[in-house]
Amino acid sequence: MSFLIKRPAARREILRGLLGGAAVALPLPYLEIFLNTHGTALASGAPLPVRFGTWFWSMGHTPGYAVDPNTDQLTFLKECEALTPYKSRINYFGYFNSPLDGHPNHVHQSGWITVRTGTAPPKPADILAPTLDVLVSDHIGGSTRFRSLDMGCTGNPKDSLTARSTHVRNPSEVSPIALYARVFGPGFADPNSAEFKPDPDLMLQKSVLSGVEEQRKRFEKVLGAADKARMDEFATSVRELEHQLALQSEKPAPADACRIAAKPDDMPMGTELPVAQANHEALTKILTLAVACNQTRVFNMSFNDTLSSIRKPGTAYTHHTLTHEEPVDKNLGYQPEAFWFNCRSMDALAAFIKAFESVREGAGTLLDNTLIFAHAETSFAKIHQIDNIPMFTIGTAGGKLKTGRHIAGHGDPVTRVGLTALQAMGLPLEKWGQGSLQTAKPIGEILV
Amino acid sequence: MIRKLASLALLSLTLAGCGPTEPQTTGGPAVTRRLTESQYRSVIADVFGPQIVVAGRFDPLLRTDGLLTIGAGSATVGAAAFERFHALARSIAAQVTDTTNRDVLVGCGPQDLRTADDSCATEFYSRIGRLLFRRPLTTDEVRDQVKLAREATAVRGDFYTGLAYGLQTLLEAPDFLFVVERANGKQLDDYAKATRLSLLLWNTSPDDVLLQAAEGGKLKTEDGLKQEVDRMIASPRFKDGVRAFFTDMLSLDDTTNLQKDTTLFPAFTLTAANDGKEQTLRTLVDLLVTRNVDYRDIFTTRETHISNALGLIYRVGVNDPSGWSRFDFPSDDPRAGIQSQVGFVALHSHPGKSSPTLRGKAIRELLLCQRVPDPPGNVNFDKFNDPDSPLRTARERLAAHANDPACAGCHKLTDPIGLALENFDGLGQIRDNENGAALDLSGDLDGVKYANGAELAKALHDNPAAASCVVNRAFTYAAGRQTVSDEKAFVVYLEKTFADSGYKFPSLIRRIALSDAFYAVSGQGAGQSPAAAKAGTTEDKS
Repeated sequence: MSFLIKRPAARREILRGLLGGAAVALPLPYLEIFLNTHGTALASGAPLPVRFGTWFWSMGHTPGYAVDPNTDQLTFLKECEALTPYKSRINYFGYFNSPLDGHPNHVHQSGWITVRTGTAPPKPADILAPTLDVLVSDHIGGSTRFRSLDMGCTGNPKDSLTARSTHVRNPSEVSPIALYARVFGPGFADPNSAEFKPDPDLMLQKSVLSGVEEQRKRFEKVLGAADKARMDEFATSVRELEHQLALQSEKPAPADACRIAAKPDDMPMGTELPVAQANHEALTKILTLAVACNQTRVFNMSFNDTLSSIRKPGTAYTHHTLTHEEPVDKNLGYQPEAFWFNCRSMDALAAFIKAFESVREGAGTLLDNTLIFAHAETSFAKIHQIDNIPMFTIGTAGGKLKTGRHIAGHGDPVTRVGLTALQAMGLPLEKWGQGSLQTAKPIGEILV
Repeated sequence: MIRKLASLALLSLTLAGCGPTEPQTTGGPAVTRRLTESQYRSVIADVFGPQIVVAGRFDPLLRTDGLLTIGAGSATVGAAAFERFHALARSIAAQVTDTTNRDVLVGCGPQDLRTADDSCATEFYSRIGRLLFRRPLTTDEVRDQVKLAREATAVRGDFYTGLAYGLQTLLEAPDFLFVVERANGKQLDDYAKATRLSLLLWNTSPDDVLLQAAEGGKLKTEDGLKQEVDRMIASPRFKDGVRAFFTDMLSLDDTTNLQKDTTLFPAFTLTAANDGKEQTLRTLVDLLVTRNVDYRDIFTTRETHISNALGLIYRVGVNDPSGWSRFDFPSDDPRAGIQSQVGFVALHSHPGKSSPTLRGKAIRELLLCQRVPDPPGNVNFDKFNDPDSPLRTARERLAAHANDPACAGCHKLTDPIGLALENFDGLGQIRDNENGAALDLSGDLDGVKYANGAELAKALHDNPAAASCVVNRAFTYAAGRQTVSDEKAFVVYLEKTFADSGYKFPSLIRRIALSDAFYAVSGQGAGQSPAAAKAGTTEDKS
């Protein structure tokens, strides 16, 4: 997995170069020489990078209106119509359960936590194990500037479903302009640029981090045992930033699909649906190019918050309150407004897929080299049901997954899907999850 | 020990005349807590001045046992958070050493700007580091920063640019980002005492005077401690401490993400949201600090301050359209107490409508410290959703919903309280009907009946849980952790003396700050004080 990364230059080497006033100019990269003749791998024979991301929507589906349960063939119904053009790139997983081992169903929390961590939270905020994106990031995220990019579309950084533990959460980037600045602002080096001139500040920043680490070691000596574990996390964070700086000190490897994103306009943030949709579109655009430019290999996108606060402008009810308070239309057989919002979530997922599909990479698209794991936090929000939470995988993870399947879980734990995704991303895991959620059975019929 | 006991007895008499004496406690664990955003900003402003811009987002803390401060005691710094602290430190260090600020903030410089000046760097890091780390730096710590400044000056060719790197290191160090509490035996050491005091009273790091008191052993003595506590309470900065406490206790930080539908509520703006929070804080500070009235009056007061943005919501004129004006609601106005202000009723509502349940839950949990269980997972909304229902008001809808035994238990705790505030819509504007139906604001709070929000205010004022709540929150906020069983008697003592004082909030805080219990530590988590730190000697040879 080191196709992009050369050995980071030692600090002293770079410093010597800087002291000598040397700027490094490297030969012009010819993109085609970095791919094999079929465009399916790098010329070195190493495969194209595989990326992993999650996509979250809340409030689940309207039972009976999302996916036809009567056939193994993936057939989208009215609520998921927007996904039909991408049917061949998708797997749908239904009838997998979230056993809580006696813990209460913390509404709109327990469901997503079981799906993402393989654990049942005793309290609503408990994260007893890292979310699966963090596990993937630990495995493959070290080769890029950002181990992960995490985004939310409803304006609140707290709306995030990625965490290492209860107290180590990865807040969402909610502003497209801030995400742009973080990825394509200072510190970004165009991988396809002919010239590379390392910033003389970089090595001094590494010296700052060395000093911080030295200070951490001193600090830790006066701590009690319980706090030392917290400092281990701090140390990891310092190392990650050091690694980021080390990558910035080097000429980045060319990236066939990389195009520099345009700077987005300053946009309003909030829970009105058109605002959330506009932010989703803008964040997705920056994300796909960040991925294509090898700035990250792991990402998390939350279309709405777990208590779906999205709403139509000028109305008193949010999506969430509608799922509880809107009457069922006797003729239609469902809650029409809540259904409408569910459809908009699927529209957004379709747009997300399209964005990855539209970036050409090698002989295919970015989606070919990506695995997107999309899911909700309930199956039927009206009654907070967490069995049969809808889940999708999208993309083949670089050919590791078959697609176009409708997989019925028959009550198996939801963790079977997570374990499958983790194994597809190359994690050497035989089992995953805790208690009744633990499983050693990936979904063999879709693994290649 | 005899001297300590004698001091304790004298202190008790001084504090409460012939009142109860402080029960002995063995204390709880020392806590290592991450600076909160407001503490971080305060420290930077205090050390370097308000002209230094702290531009950046902070990672949210997890509210734990009712307070972010307690969550800070379990918080660490994840990768994304550290990336942000790194960027902040870099920006602050650059500002401090730029041509605008260096003369005042650095205060020394080399003969030749292109060369290093170890003497100046040593003076700068020692002085600033002591304020940032809340203790003197060790010789190793100073030496490391001076060395980095020297190397960086050689690379960048500018002394002040080089100096910034060492300062950046200090600003990213765990010693700055985390407040660590070292102990000497069963009491916090003097620097940890000073830090607890300063965070409680001023919401910032100890100033030079307080650090000097710590260095001179003054905080070990009754008189020395009293002198510092009284100095700090008498200072205008005490208001900052009170504001920080109530921001945390009332979850006013959530205002940052407050959203309202501007089609339904055209008067809502981000300014109005922020002003709603500010109004509540101004009301509290005015009542509790400036006028030092009975704490419980916060539930009944009609005296407040409003801005132009709030005047639009309250539909009243303001004296100063560009700032804040004192405003008293008439005695027959339905608005009484902070729980009727925009900063409360708008915050605990949906974006497009009011919520008796959210408001009732907030009053139970935030103002009375009573836990409302989470909703069950198997809620049945069928009655609530009856399309043929004639129900027009929230009271009618919630009554139907609460008929379900699974829901009734919690809704009985929350809804009667929240329904008394239903004459305030989702933004806090007055209304006299909902969907054309008259509003019934009556209910009861723990057996006390009321007819409307103003009477609910009186019921809150007289509810023993209200005073008990602020006492418990104040002590856990001060200690940065939940109370331990050994401290129960001390908390009862605080409740008693709070009542004896006429429920005067500064008196409560002063009593905590002067108490033995506040500085007692036991169990896990307490690191030992490095005596070497005070002497400025080397504690780490690695």
